[in-house]
Amino acid sequence: MPVLEKGALRADDWQVVDDEAALPDAPVLISLARLLRDAALLAGRNAPLGVAIGNDVNPDVLAPLLPRLALVQVVLPKSRDGRAFSQARKLREYLGYTGEIRVAGHVIPDHYAMLLRCGASTVVVAEGTDAAVWEASRKVVSIAYQHGLAAETPISLLRRKVA
Amino acid sequence: MPEAPYIPQPEHARTYRYDAVDREFLAQRIAEFRDQVARRLAGELTEDEFKPLRLMNGLYLQLHAYMLRVAVPYGVLNSAQLRQLGMIARRWDRGWGHFTTRQNIQFNWTQLTDVPAMLDALAAVDMHAIQTSGNCIRNTTTDEFAGAAADEIADPRVYAEILRQWSTLHPEFTWLPRKFKIAIRGAEADRIASRTHDVAVQVKRDAAGAVGFTIQVGGGMGRTPILAVPLFEFVPEAEFLRTMEAILRVYNALGQRENIYRARIKILVRDLGRDGFLDLVQQELARMPLAPYRLAPEVVQAIRAHFAPPPFAPAGDAAAALARATLAEPEFAAWVALNTRPHRQAGYASAVISLKPVGGIPGDATAAQMEAVADLAERFAFGELRVSHTQNLVLPHVRQDELYALWQGLLAAGLATANFGQGSDIIACPGLDYCALANARSIPISQQISRVVDALDRTHVLGELQIKISGCINACGHHHVAHIGILGVDKHGAEAYQITLGGAPGNDAAIGELIGPSFSYEAVAGAVEKILLTHIGLRAPGERFVDTYRRVGQAPFKEALYARA
Repeated sequence: MPVLEKGALRADDWQVVDDEAALPDAPVLISLARLLRDAALLAGRNAPLGVAIGNDVNPDVLAPLLPRLALVQVVLPKSRDGRAFSQARKLREYLGYTGEIRVAGHVIPDHYAMLLRCGASTVVVAEGTDAAVWEASRKVVSIAYQHGLAAETPISLLRRKVA
Repeated sequence: MPEAPYIPQPEHARTYRYDAVDREFLAQRIAEFRDQVARRLAGELTEDEFKPLRLMNGLYLQLHAYMLRVAVPYGVLNSAQLRQLGMIARRWDRGWGHFTTRQNIQFNWTQLTDVPAMLDALAAVDMHAIQTSGNCIRNTTTDEFAGAAADEIADPRVYAEILRQWSTLHPEFTWLPRKFKIAIRGAEADRIASRTHDVAVQVKRDAAGAVGFTIQVGGGMGRTPILAVPLFEFVPEAEFLRTMEAILRVYNALGQRENIYRARIKILVRDLGRDGFLDLVQQELARMPLAPYRLAPEVVQAIRAHFAPPPFAPAGDAAAALARATLAEPEFAAWVALNTRPHRQAGYASAVISLKPVGGIPGDATAAQMEAVADLAERFAFGELRVSHTQNLVLPHVRQDELYALWQGLLAAGLATANFGQGSDIIACPGLDYCALANARSIPISQQISRVVDALDRTHVLGELQIKISGCINACGHHHVAHIGILGVDKHGAEAYQITLGGAPGNDAAIGELIGPSFSYEAVAGAVEKILLTHIGLRAPGERFVDTYRRVGQAPFKEALYARA
């Protein structure tokens, strides 16, 4: 499925690899279980490594491995389940993660601006998605009243310009 | 569609005044909702996807129609806003509105197609319906006498407004496991049912006069009533928002999401234990950066300016004039005794406008009444008003020597009921007359009970008495924390009512105890009468019902209710 990044769609260049399958010398997305199991083996790997975590995972478990990760994928199993918002925020805000945070699952355009403000980078979207709808949704409210992690310009009091 | 023209607001009414940035935000938010409705109609959003978006804009689907719940931030309102609510009631509802226990107002007969125009009309007076529903941070509630009460230590409106702004479209906390309600007070006296909230805040001052916050967490009603427990004794002002973020983050990560009856923070706090929950919050706090979440004194100062005292006149002989008027007119004296409260400013009082006429519908006000109250607020109270969680209105600042003229104005509008805090000042949810969740009617039960209680009150003077009615276990009518609580249930397809005794919402907070088997629709008012007659027979001089009950226990009340004749 395509990936939405900075207002544009692009092909997904990450390959999802099962826990027991061999890892190709290309960007791979693996499970948390495999990441933890094979941490020592993966230490010598040069090609980009990504991990998909469930929404019940405390991102703290990734802390020692984050320098090796180029992608952390979080998930919304249902559109109203907002745990991924806090996971993204923790990763960015105090776990020091600077790579890509990708959001998969039941994501709708109305989540988009808030996900970006929590530190997410990209969203996995359905085939045939109109990126313009997501961009419009991102931009429709340009003012925020609290600290966030997207590009923001303080206005006054608690307020920021965010789009 | 053109936006409604901006309506000027009274100069000295201390509501938070929007500037160009706030107005731009609100216009954008309405545009966003309009687009969401359009995408739903075009099939781009499923009903499942649309529902939380609709709820976060205050729009419910009830039994007979849509209901639009309009936010009255921390219950503070000005006369232009109230007049506009009256206009909305007249034009788009059936001529009335319903004030709620969350200090908001609901329009129960809304057409979906009218909603964008209603939102535009609200925006014309800096109002909205944002986050009045849905699994997000709801309207923060506060003391209806904030900024006026003689016993106030710090003004909670300042921090309630800061919470309002901070929680508005919060990027991390808009898709919570369940709704999240914060209440904040600035006096030792708890007039806000603090411990029934997800988070209860008390603004305090330390020995040096610096502001800090006592925070309790994990209260809630519903089918598992729990009173909030202490979390922090004194959070410094600068760390207020950071602390709230940490609490919400722990809840967002760990709150249950599978079963909506176990999804409130009260269940998480109960399951982890207070210390276990505190430990997780402190782990967050230890790692969160300080600077981005710091509540700067300049921000507090700028918000505080919105709530500066209005230009009070010198007291003169206002108190003496009031005393003369009460001597001359016993009915007025009764109203003053029950419906006014001491003010921090000499020569002033806060006046409660009861929306609980005996035999009436709790919290309802007609468009004409809203307009009349708006006029009275302008004449007597700088154009400022409050909505109380007990579903009444308050004029916070009235000169004592103008109370009589105010009372006459209220008489003319049918709003001079003298019963604030008394047995006929009943809290009731809309119940089965409106609500899709209800098992039983609340409104007619409330009407019957208010007549029974009023009759007893006239001969026996019952004093402070809190009767609260919920039409289902979700407990919107606060029945768990009533002296006499009534819960509508479904009993083999018929409406039936359970009665709990001994609950209380304030400093003596307690969850009421079930007295016995339920009563039929026809029998419940009679049962309340038996309870009160039993109290009258047992009470010490001047003793409140709840104190008699706590002293003597259930037995005599059980006997009166259930003993075979």
